[in-house]
Amino acid sequence: MSELKSIAETEAEIVDDFSLLDTWEEKYEYIIDMGKKLPVLDDQYKKEENIIKGCQSTVWLTADYRDGRIYFSADSDAVIVKGLISMLIRVLSGHTPGEILNAKVDFINEIGMMQHLAQTRSNGLLSMIKQMKNYAIAYQAVSS
Amino acid sequence: MNVINEIVPALDIPALRSEFPVLDVRVNNKPLVYLDNAATAQKPRAVINALQQYYNGYNANIHRGIHHLAEQATTAYEATRAEVQQFLNAGLREEIIFTRGTTESINLVASSWGRQFLNKDDEIIISTMEHHSNIVPWQIICEEKGARIKVIPINDEGELDLEAFYKLLSPQTRLVAITHVSNALGTINPVREIIHAAHKAGALVLIDGAQSTPHLSIDVRDMDCDFFAFSAHKVYGPTGVGVLYGKKEILEAMPPYQGGGEMIAEVSFEKTTYNELPYKFEAGTPNIADVIAFRESLVFLKNLDSELLHTHEKQLVDYATQKISDVGGIRIIGTAASKAGVVSFLMDGTHPQDVGVLLDQQGIAVRTGHHCTQPLMDRFRIPGTIRASFAIYNTLEEIDSLAEGLHKAKKMLL
Ligand SMILES: Cc1ncc(COP(=O)(O)O)c(C=O)c1O
Repeated sequence: MSELKSIAETEAEIVDDFSLLDTWEEKYEYIIDMGKKLPVLDDQYKKEENIIKGCQSTVWLTADYRDGRIYFSADSDAVIVKGLISMLIRVLSGHTPGEILNAKVDFINEIGMMQHLAQTRSNGLLSMIKQMKNYAIAYQAVSS
Repeated sequence: MNVINEIVPALDIPALRSEFPVLDVRVNNKPLVYLDNAATAQKPRAVINALQQYYNGYNANIHRGIHHLAEQATTAYEATRAEVQQFLNAGLREEIIFTRGTTESINLVASSWGRQFLNKDDEIIISTMEHHSNIVPWQIICEEKGARIKVIPINDEGELDLEAFYKLLSPQTRLVAITHVSNALGTINPVREIIHAAHKAGALVLIDGAQSTPHLSIDVRDMDCDFFAFSAHKVYGPTGVGVLYGKKEILEAMPPYQGGGEMIAEVSFEKTTYNELPYKFEAGTPNIADVIAFRESLVFLKNLDSELLHTHEKQLVDYATQKISDVGGIRIIGTAASKAGVVSFLMDGTHPQDVGVLLDQQGIAVRTGHHCTQPLMDRFRIPGTIRASFAIYNTLEEIDSLAEGLHKAKKMLL
């Protein structure tokens, strides 16, 4: 297994990627592209208990705990949310519960997408981050 | 596609727009294109000024004080009631009750009238296209009373199935609560026929006028509805003010909705007698400032030529339907023969929210989602729609911008 980047390093990498994108079109095309590339979540995981309810779009999130690390998979019926989710997974997946709990996840602000964290968006992104941290709390409890 | 050539005579849209300060705002560095008017309309300067004048010049509590400011505020507050009476063509000023909005107006009827007159096994008829505000209050009181809700189905165009409605009417029917214009589809419902049939069956009728008051001339006496509810903020007035119109003899038979100051005649610990209409239903200090400012929006509308406004608004809906369809891969939800104010649609292969986000980036404000009409969305088996909704100040050029915005969103998403 190759050396895993730290959460902060991956965040910096994404912020770097975005700094090359000048217009809103380029930024959103990048996010949409990420959304389309996120591996499809198997239907067996698209069940009620994995749904993070947003007002408009649906987000599914599952987690696997192996060798002290959490691996997330997720999906959404809206592609922009899916793109943002895909970045969250890239940043947080494969880390230990402790690392995930300490992560600030600032990159969403830094790439100018904080509007998607606003309550009004109701797209579940905020709940998504919370749920990822909840998994971390749960697995931390299991392992100690 | 010649709709655009039919220039509306004498409606000076630039002048009209200049009365609405917020329309000059820029969003994401682009001129705002505000097409979310069914959620709330923008306010003319006269309304904004009236709020300021009230707080700067004569803020006082009403109906109580004998001092100068109290009298001035009371007079202004009651002047709005008279203006609303005229706006609805109601027979009596005491038939106009101020509430917080359509939602509260409906809740008032459900809890006050429902508490007094609804019994076990009684029925209330609503329709598939109701806003949650015209569903949930009835569910609450029906649950409490052991009464039932019956639902009028709609066809694929989004029109009420009147034959089915006539069959639902029965001696058990106590009330029919129906929207005048659908907020999600734009369908204008044949309320006069509905009211006539309901009355013949011995039932009362409440009309939800939240979406009709911005677009149609209303005459509650001609319509002969028993209750009519609407919100000031959708007719260019302030938020936090609504109206319930009710026929006097019905309102008089209803118990108070809330208890407190203003609504009483005399209070002792043994017995309280209630104030007369409309104060019986206006407990506590009301939203004085916004009620006063609301008058300005009604006067503003009154001073415009309603024929010209209706023609212009119809043109907006027709032109938008055309331009949106031309984008390709579009499914219009709600294709009733008679529509007002709203074009709801889906774009093949996209989620409404994604389209909404990309339109917002281009300064275009629309609403996406279920529009508080989940049973209606279920009927069409869709999670929601993209909704463009129009007001008197919208232009054909703004609809061109919407169409361009949709083209761009489509290209980016597909
Ligand atoms: C048809 C309809 N009824 C009721 C309401 C509720 O109005 P308010 O939120 O102003 O009480 C709305 C508002 O969206 C509506 O469109």
